[in-house]
Amino acid sequence: MAKQVIQADGTRIIENERAFSWKRFMFQWEWMLVLMLIIVNIINISSSSNYANFDNIMNAMRDFLDKAIVVFPMALVIVLGEIDISVASIMALSSVTMGMAYQAGVPMGLAIVIGLLVGTLCGFINGIILVKFPELSSMIVTLATQIIFRGIASILLETGSVGGFPDWFNSFGWGKVGSIPIILIFTIIEALFFVYLLHFTKFGRRTYAMGNSVMVSKFSGIKTNKIKLIIFTMAGLLAAVAAVFLASKMGSVRPDVAKGYELDIIAMVVLGGVASSGGKGKILGCILSILVIGFLRYGLGLVNVTSQVIMIIVGTLLIVAVAITNLKSSFGQAKWVKNLSNNIKGVKAQR
Amino acid sequence: MNTKKILSICISAVLSMSLLAGCGGKTDSGSTSKSSTDKSSVTYAFVAKDVQNPYMKKVYEGFEKACGEIGVTALYKGPEAATPEKQIEIINQLVAQNVTGIAIAANDADALQPALKEAMNKGIKVVSLDSAVNAQSRQTHIQQADPEKIGRGLIQAAYDMVKGDGGIAVLSATAQATNQNLWIEWMQKEMKENPTKYAKTPLIKIAYGDDDPTKSTSETQALLTNSDVKVIIAPTTVGMLAAGKVLQDKKSTVLLTGLGLPSEMAPFIESGICPWMYLWNPVDIGYLTGYTIDALKKGDIKGVKGDSFKAGTLGDKAVTDAAGGGTEVMLGDPFKFDSKNIAEWKTVY
Repeated sequence: MAKQVIQADGTRIIENERAFSWKRFMFQWEWMLVLMLIIVNIINISSSSNYANFDNIMNAMRDFLDKAIVVFPMALVIVLGEIDISVASIMALSSVTMGMAYQAGVPMGLAIVIGLLVGTLCGFINGIILVKFPELSSMIVTLATQIIFRGIASILLETGSVGGFPDWFNSFGWGKVGSIPIILIFTIIEALFFVYLLHFTKFGRRTYAMGNSVMVSKFSGIKTNKIKLIIFTMAGLLAAVAAVFLASKMGSVRPDVAKGYELDIIAMVVLGGVASSGGKGKILGCILSILVIGFLRYGLGLVNVTSQVIMIIVGTLLIVAVAITNLKSSFGQAKWVKNLSNNIKGVKAQR
Repeated sequence: MNTKKILSICISAVLSMSLLAGCGGKTDSGSTSKSSTDKSSVTYAFVAKDVQNPYMKKVYEGFEKACGEIGVTALYKGPEAATPEKQIEIINQLVAQNVTGIAIAANDADALQPALKEAMNKGIKVVSLDSAVNAQSRQTHIQQADPEKIGRGLIQAAYDMVKGDGGIAVLSATAQATNQNLWIEWMQKEMKENPTKYAKTPLIKIAYGDDDPTKSTSETQALLTNSDVKVIIAPTTVGMLAAGKVLQDKKSTVLLTGLGLPSEMAPFIESGICPWMYLWNPVDIGYLTGYTIDALKKGDIKGVKGDSFKAGTLGDKAVTDAAGGGTEVMLGDPFKFDSKNIAEWKTVY
């Protein structure tokens, strides 16, 4: 356990290197999520005989993983202390341009590349606006680009839809390698990449630093603008990747595709324990929260709970998650908690 | 510090436990229907455009009635928002539940094809109703009324209401809604074929309210800014109600017709805002859908032209070729509601 010296005036001196502590290890938000995941699965298995079935579980993953692709870059955005609510519109615009390119006779492979480029460009535009106008909040900027991107998509395709993609394209969303869906394999690789990026690279450390204080980071020599730009561009690119999977799943593209996805995505990130104030959170938490929300929705759907009730349950879960991640700070200041903890300390001291 | 942490963690654990216990309670109520989705029993599922849609609930009433007569379990499902993405999720869940048949009112004709094909590959009977899926994604479609009669009838009604002089606007549902688009096509065809008759009643604009009351309201307000618009055709119950309310609030002289629920539209028909409108009986559509799935399941029909079966109290029904490819089962002609008969119908549905 880390050695703490509590001085008479109440300030604490903590050693530089914190030693490994079982207590600290066990009291992480991620364990809460593991617990939730276990409980959700127990409920699902006991309430529906169709749940504990390998194929069904794999199919369920196929249904909710298209959102998961955007959850990881969104986690980085939120760790940065920013937000990107334009991701769903980027999905719409990039899938529409992909569809239109294919309709215009471009080979499907190239059309996909065009879609990905458009998504990347959209993310880059978000980033560059935020970098050039640091006084604007990302909430406002991405709210505006959300409307603009969706608007462009609606102008391009008006009210129609494009479909009739080649068969191999449909396998992105529906295909399986053995009995593992392609989208699951992609998401696992992506998750590993983001774990590495956020937790094992300088880039990741700097992202956390910026989430705590952009000003301090800047004066410490971190190229804050560059990092911000890279993260928003990455969000755009992966939104476009998600759009490819979604277009493949639906076999067609429409300008109003993925409407409301941004909220589901942000919800998964926040439930994953990424603090909306920035600087806190792990990719592992996001992975777990994707599974918790995904299986909760799937399981409730299997036992025919109506969609409104499912929404209420997920919403409640979210409020609890936000409350708990912020509980430590707000809760610790409550008077009765202080008294209580002082008493406990007193008892310990007497021993 | 640590004690605080332990405390907060304990409380959070209790909170989330109780929350999940709450879910458990809810799923308990659902598990009664679970027993009915066991492999041994037969379940016909009904997938609505969105779960709150009052029209869809009326259709389901008939579906439930048919299932009751046949002796199978009926199941009502629907997404919280009218999108094909969410309908795909629901279809996949129904496949996992091993239901026997799926009846679906589609939010997009093509987007559901992979999901429905997979369902059919597993031996599940698939029919569409209200808004059709494409011919490859279904075994047959339940057509509420001849689209030609609806389209031509509505435009003629609008013409009669403005007495042959005044602009017409259409307030539709979503731009992808197959049925609305088909009716609008017939409206345009009727105008094209009789250019002299409709010379003074041009079709000024087609607006899309997305079957969302708020959007339909603002779209109606936008239509009213054009003083040439004298009559609005709303071929959707949600749009019609929203348009009726706007016209009433603004005390506008613009008239309204379309496809509306008698119970919702009665005040507007009585006040003269809507001189008359059309609809079929939504309960009968659901009823016919239930019997069609059952006929497919029993093997009485295969969903090809020339098949016929007995649909309960509706009598014998035949499978015919549909306009957009595939086959359909036709319910009948649209029914006219005006100030004379509305009092009697507004209590029915």
